[in-house]
Amino acid sequence: MQPLSVTAFTATCAAGLGRAELLGALDAGRSGLRSNDFGREPLATWIGRVTDIEDAPLPAEFSRYECRNNRLAWMGLQRDGFLEAVRAARTRYGAERVALVLGTSTSSIGATEEAYTRLTAEGQFPEDLRYQAVHTPHSTGEFLQTVLGLRNVAVTVATACSSSAKAFAQGARLLELGVADAVVVGGVDSLCGSVLFGFHSLQLVSAEPCRPFDAARSGISIGEAAAFALLERDGAGPRLLGYGESSDAHHMSTPHPSGRGARLAMNEALNRAAIDSGDIDYINLHGTASTKNDEIEAQAIAAMFPATTHGSSTKGWTGHTLGAAGALEAVITLLSLESGLKPGNLNSRELDAACGPQVQLGNARGMVRHAMSNSFGFGGSNCVLLFAAAGAA
Amino acid sequence: MNLLANTPRLYVNGVALWSPRLPGWERARRILAGLEPAPAESAPRPAPELLPPTERRRAPDTVAVALEAALAACKSAGLPPHSLPCVFSSMHGDLAITDYMCATLASTPALVSPTKFHNSVHNAAAGYWTIAAECTRPYTSLSAGDHSFGAGLLETCMQALSAHENILLVAYDIDARGPLAAVALSKHLLSAALVVSPERGTNTLAAFELRLVTGEALTPSGARAENAALVAGNSTESCLPFMEAIARGGTHDVLTLATPTLGLDTRIEVF
Repeated sequence: MQPLSVTAFTATCAAGLGRAELLGALDAGRSGLRSNDFGREPLATWIGRVTDIEDAPLPAEFSRYECRNNRLAWMGLQRDGFLEAVRAARTRYGAERVALVLGTSTSSIGATEEAYTRLTAEGQFPEDLRYQAVHTPHSTGEFLQTVLGLRNVAVTVATACSSSAKAFAQGARLLELGVADAVVVGGVDSLCGSVLFGFHSLQLVSAEPCRPFDAARSGISIGEAAAFALLERDGAGPRLLGYGESSDAHHMSTPHPSGRGARLAMNEALNRAAIDSGDIDYINLHGTASTKNDEIEAQAIAAMFPATTHGSSTKGWTGHTLGAAGALEAVITLLSLESGLKPGNLNSRELDAACGPQVQLGNARGMVRHAMSNSFGFGGSNCVLLFAAAGAA
Repeated sequence: MNLLANTPRLYVNGVALWSPRLPGWERARRILAGLEPAPAESAPRPAPELLPPTERRRAPDTVAVALEAALAACKSAGLPPHSLPCVFSSMHGDLAITDYMCATLASTPALVSPTKFHNSVHNAAAGYWTIAAECTRPYTSLSAGDHSFGAGLLETCMQALSAHENILLVAYDIDARGPLAAVALSKHLLSAALVVSPERGTNTLAAFELRLVTGEALTPSGARAENAALVAGNSTESCLPFMEAIARGGTHDVLTLATPTLGLDTRIEVF
């Protein structure tokens, strides 16, 4: 495909608010995970919680969108000049030419969960939560379209953990076909009971901070994040070279045993970018620290990439931010391209025997010209993004 | 203003529709065209034949209606289900499971059912479809409020034009349950499916020219009142004008919204 420019990007998560804090935490090996203190009956686990969301209400004019997810989206827009970059694109092209594709898994379901804990005597939602805007998956997409004043495509992608990686692919098609001149892509997912107790019910939640690719890993740590990028056909910045999408066609909550879908998506991304696996300097792996994902992903990486490719999961810093993970980890991949920092697997001590030489415990530094980001979702939805540094061939 | 530089022509190579009073395309086509009356009785929930027999009854409503239309559209197009990239769209996902999850979290959070949880994701229907169809092609699962059908149709057209191949669209919503029903307004079961491509297929039903228009005061096309009443209140009811045009035959201009200010302006020519 014709490479696209990433002219602005930002991320807000437990490991940092904005790019500088996030890069600092990655470099220093400083995890954002903490013992679970979310909700009324916190499970014994660790979470990647963004502090201060509770103290950051939306501007009054947007109060009908009030909920944790939309607050996190609003916080995320304020960093790294992202809001200004979108406004400048809107001025440059017109609101009709700037699209929005947002990935999320649970969107503002936290508001619906809260309503059920405060039902009236008649079994109705409480007065302050009796509005449709937050009780639907497109809540955050509609909120962002409204606050950004955009009039092109505005849509929510909800394919679980691949959601916001797929937002990049869908956005790229809008640019390719000339429907839009700029696309805001991103992911926003916030902590809620559904995912904490839901993943717990599947016995996938770890009692300790997650340890991706560790031989003794014991499950995931759930996190929350808002991450955004602005894609344009031309402009300064790193480039989106390709994407690959596939389905496992195997099981709703466990990956295909040979990593069939993951390999298909990685190969398609390489083909679309017209580069070889040997050109990839860094891969931000999906690496949830669940037993099966990490084993299968490590085997696929070992089979497909040379020993010179450095691979890691950054979920030890951020937790698994689910529908926001694709965009958050795309931002981390872009930071790697900019800084030369290749993160390791934080919290992990001894790598699983399935890992090849690509998967690294510690951080490294070096030239990063091409880098990939893997997102493999629940329901067997896979998406791989491939980026190049600004100025790289 | 057309957001596209040209006016691409796309083909409807397969079609399907299911709702309790429009149970399957062949009857729906005759009912929507005014050739026969709608049944007075609602049809029972479909049992998608692609699912293993043990799962047909247990499947969530969203999965049942979505898979019914998905398979019927593939058959209509004469294409194997495993061969098609697919776009699923639904305003709400499975409202019955959302009600279950929220009620359980409010009372006994530690007792959330793992099966209900993995069926609660918005992409459950798409996930079950690709598993049942043994389809490793990509799927997506979209929501855009009341305009989810239009947003799904738009992405289907984008994928078809980008990849020059047949893409399966499956749009669906179900009825809301419990306290949620007061704020998530959706009734009945409804699914609509299309196979869309820039190339004619063997069983092509219609062609349409696509323009993407923007504006403050876009008025979507309406279906005939007696037809609209058959699916009224379902959050995917905005599919009906497009589906009705195919059912009636002839040439029709249909405007389908993908957002409040963006519409798919289609001139549909039925063969």
